Amino acid sequence: MFKYLPHTHEDIAAMLKTIGVDDIDALFGDVPKSLRNQEIKIPNSLSEIEMHQHFYTLSKMNTPLIPFMGAGAYDHYTPSVIRHLIERQEFLTAYTPYQPEISQGTLQYIFEFQSMITQLTGLDVANASMYDGATATGEAMFMACALAKKETIFISRTVNPNIINVVKTYAEYKGIHVEMIEEEAGQTSRAALQEKLASTPTAGLIVQTPNVYGFLEDLTGVKEALEQHKALLIINQDPSTLSHLKTPHAWGADIAIGECQTLGVPLSFGGPYIGYMATRTKYMRKMPGRICGVTKDTDGKRAFVLTLQAREQHIRRDKANSNICSNQSLLALFVTIYMSIMGKKGVYEVQQRSYDNAHYLYEKLLALPTFSAYADQPFFKEFTVRTTLDVSAMNQALQAAGYLGPLPFSKFDSSKQDLVTFALTEKRTKQEIDAVLDIIREVA
Amino acid sequence: MYYDKLIFDLSTEGRKGYTLPKAEVKRYDLPKSTYLRDDCPGLPEVSELEVVRHYTNVSFKNFGIEKGFYPLGSCTMKYNPKINQDMANLPAFASLHPYQPIDTVQGVLKVYHDTQTWLSEISGLDTFTLNPYAGAHGELIGLMIIKAYHRDRGDSKRTKIIVPDSAHGTNPASATVAGLESVEVKSNPDGTVNLADLKAVLGDDIAGIMLTNPNTVGIFEKDILEIARLVHEAGGLLYYDGANLNPLLGVARPGDMGFDIMHINLHKTFSTPHGGGGPGSGPVGVTKALKPYLPKPVVEKQGDQYVIIDEPKTTLGQISHFYGNIGVVLKAYTYILSMGREHLPEIAKYSTLNANYIKESLKDVYQLPIEGICKHEFVFDGLKDKSTGVTTLDVAKRLLDFDVHPPTIFFPLVFKQTIMIEPPETESKQTIDHFISIMRQVALEASQEPDKVKGAPYNTVVKRLDEALAARKPIVKYKDLETN
Repeated sequence: MFKYLPHTHEDIAAMLKTIGVDDIDALFGDVPKSLRNQEIKIPNSLSEIEMHQHFYTLSKMNTPLIPFMGAGAYDHYTPSVIRHLIERQEFLTAYTPYQPEISQGTLQYIFEFQSMITQLTGLDVANASMYDGATATGEAMFMACALAKKETIFISRTVNPNIINVVKTYAEYKGIHVEMIEEEAGQTSRAALQEKLASTPTAGLIVQTPNVYGFLEDLTGVKEALEQHKALLIINQDPSTLSHLKTPHAWGADIAIGECQTLGVPLSFGGPYIGYMATRTKYMRKMPGRICGVTKDTDGKRAFVLTLQAREQHIRRDKANSNICSNQSLLALFVTIYMSIMGKKGVYEVQQRSYDNAHYLYEKLLALPTFSAYADQPFFKEFTVRTTLDVSAMNQALQAAGYLGPLPFSKFDSSKQDLVTFALTEKRTKQEIDAVLDIIREVA
Repeated sequence: MYYDKLIFDLSTEGRKGYTLPKAEVKRYDLPKSTYLRDDCPGLPEVSELEVVRHYTNVSFKNFGIEKGFYPLGSCTMKYNPKINQDMANLPAFASLHPYQPIDTVQGVLKVYHDTQTWLSEISGLDTFTLNPYAGAHGELIGLMIIKAYHRDRGDSKRTKIIVPDSAHGTNPASATVAGLESVEVKSNPDGTVNLADLKAVLGDDIAGIMLTNPNTVGIFEKDILEIARLVHEAGGLLYYDGANLNPLLGVARPGDMGFDIMHINLHKTFSTPHGGGGPGSGPVGVTKALKPYLPKPVVEKQGDQYVIIDEPKTTLGQISHFYGNIGVVLKAYTYILSMGREHLPEIAKYSTLNANYIKESLKDVYQLPIEGICKHEFVFDGLKDKSTGVTTLDVAKRLLDFDVHPPTIFFPLVFKQTIMIEPPETESKQTIDHFISIMRQVALEASQEPDKVKGAPYNTVVKRLDEALAARKPIVKYKDLETN
């Protein structure tokens, strides 16, 4: 017997009798003998006590560092209530809400999530989530190409290179052509965009703000330029910054996507995170993923249900625009609770603290002879600066003191050895920032 | 009392649910107004208790595995052990930034690498990537690998992928997203691949075939070795959809059957919770010949050290921002270690025993279209007595009144009234006997009081829903409710 396997000898005997076979092996008579393989060479079963001991050893092999880096993963605080609520079995162990009468809980939080994403982005409709911000961007490309009936997409060089990589992989196999729009002083080059628009028909442009450097993109006039060429504007934006920053809707975006990890989701070595997607009502029927809507039951009572399912793979099969099925539902609940507990004021305050911390560090760094501005652009909680220091020596010194130093930008672009990108959240204290500054001064 | 409030309904101006330390750094000026929004996002303002009580009440409107039997076919709704959750939540894992230096993340990389290794051992495929986020994502990556493999051999005519008519909808959808065309082959009456049909479509334009084995009606493809030979001979590759891996644990391995590529749903076979529709995890395994196509980054062991290779010499490209859903991998890792070599091979036996027992116990009242031994799941084609007009949908809705999650319905599409039942190995004979008695009762009601079944459910928080209404006039956010 084993704790997850309840069958006793008596149970097995009675069940076999009903089935009309002599032993369990007879249930596998259709599997060719040459394939039968009953042994699985994995370690022996661990009891719970041994599991705790084993994980204690594994934990010792990890050294969590205090991050001064973002680069797509940001160390915001997770309020205690979230973990307790999302681990309620009703949420945690449920399947996709295909039986709406007993899934109103899941459906309701999806509806609340969609509502909050539309509040942040200013757009009309959001879906129930995507895997992450990068794959959401790939899906936005598919959607734009389907809407515009074109097979070219523009993407700005200032988008995080990991997102660009995912978009390029998705594009390559679907037969979509990707054109890069080059950078100018930490921004998407407007001249390069105009030039490319004049020469190449495109389904749309993908930009990110704040971009890979942390700089805010000034998108004034971009929508108009694209419209002249019947191209869509796709904005990838960290949703947490929408406490303060101009919305994708206000910039004229047709599709907004991004990574919701910044809404309190733990770093967890890169996942699970959660992508979002929002669009205009007129494009809703081409949006990938699940959408929750409102309906009534036979008594006229309000209820929630997955809607517009005719877009999706389980109905449309090879004609579907996307193959997404499982998404990041529990993480949608996570960030919905985050936005509820922090609320209108808390989300703003957290981002303001992050903004202030980042600007404090930026000011102090630029006062050092070893640091200078990379570009004179506004930023939010992440910024890129030039340094004359040996970046790896600096980061080793920081690591020795328990800090994760800035991203050496050379990880993304080997021609930029002298750039580093810092990110700060509300969790960083003045004491930590000052300590990091002291270490940096000593490296010099 | 039915709780029908939305979190926005609870909002009261000025109320808050959070605390922050005293600000130590001064406020810096914001950028010029070009960059700023001129309104405030309409998020709720609620106290901590209001949030806790709201989501607790919302949770009561859901049905989870810990409440009752969940025999959802093709979904493997087995018990999700608590210790998995505890291990995944350990701060020494949950607080790691994905770009921490290698020497500070050896523990998580060991988990990652061991999981890859064990999945290889379990499946018989050479190497795994854990980057894919879900089953459908794994399918997409697997199909990209197939396409890249043929392309690199200069064999660019191979643009078609064979998909049986009983396949999951994600299969043909993934093919389209990967830029391949799906070709449907009909099944035999017992749901298995029709070899004559298969031979007819095999040719120099076929990139490969996607199969799940046992198939979606729970029948083992006994000709799998012949299928593999035929497809390989025609120059194609075999893709294994891991949705139905559960009844093979301890029985046979896809790699040994001749599959070249597969994905595994950690949220099905390896007990990580479904979370109401994710996060899942869809590791992809390949034969040695296809290893160069795995997506980047790649985790390897070099000597005594675990390393992340951002730019492997060859790769199909990047398909996730970082390294996949690590939090989910940690749970599957804990599960594999809990089961161990002693108990993991027992999974197939008990899930298959459960399925056959239910099948034999109900086939006098439900239409069994495929006789004989099934694996972990099987299908009925509705009630045996079709004269009452009670449909599979009605049966499913009536089950809701008895605190049983209905089986999967109307899938696969090969029957009109499909009821697809999968009772995982974690379910006891008592639970299953209870389910059988309820299914019999519903069948009896269908013949004696058909209208009662057609009007179900009665005991749920809402009754049967008008799904068409939601699509006709979509209301998809709180603001739409206010204006309607």
